[in-house]
Amino acid sequence: MPATAGPETRPGGLLLLCLLSWAIPGAGHLWLGRRAKGLILLVALPLMFAIGLAIDGRLYPFDFSDPLVGLGALADLGIGLPYFIATPLGYGRGDVRAVTYEYGNVFLIVAALMNLLVVIDAYDVALGRKR
Amino acid sequence: MTMASHFLLLATFAFFVSLVFAVLAKDDTREQIRFGGLMFAGFLASAFVLGWLMYPFPL
Repeated sequence: MPATAGPETRPGGLLLLCLLSWAIPGAGHLWLGRRAKGLILLVALPLMFAIGLAIDGRLYPFDFSDPLVGLGALADLGIGLPYFIATPLGYGRGDVRAVTYEYGNVFLIVAALMNLLVVIDAYDVALGRKR
Repeated sequence: MTMASHFLLLATFAFFVSLVFAVLAKDDTREQIRFGGLMFAGFLASAFVLGWLMYPFPL
């Protein structure tokens, strides 16, 4: 029996929780009442993503002719809403000549992949597997 | 904005990764600070050690 049985443990609720947690980093934890964790994640992950954009990192295109580029694009998507805000505004084109280009890519990809860990953590909290 | 210092970028990266992992892995604030601090120090220490190990190699 989950320790925190509630509306968010229903399958539909869990899906919504995971979607929300993915779209807005930390929002899943906020929904589950983990305010401190949620607020830290809400600030840290988008800030890390923004730094990646600011130092000329590239949001990879969905081009699977080069598997690493395609996988990079999938990883970038992990950050959720910030990705869909940055792309139409023209951020994330990257400047391969910039000395910080590779650092920027790493910031972007790692922020996005950590957000996927956050989604899994929120899921575990909702099921009562974690406090 | 261009922050070209490699060390500053490394420290910033280490800070964010340590922060997120500490928040996810631990629930108690003191444990989070300890875990995050150790992880951050580990990042910096390994960067220094690897940096010196690579020093003799040409680019």
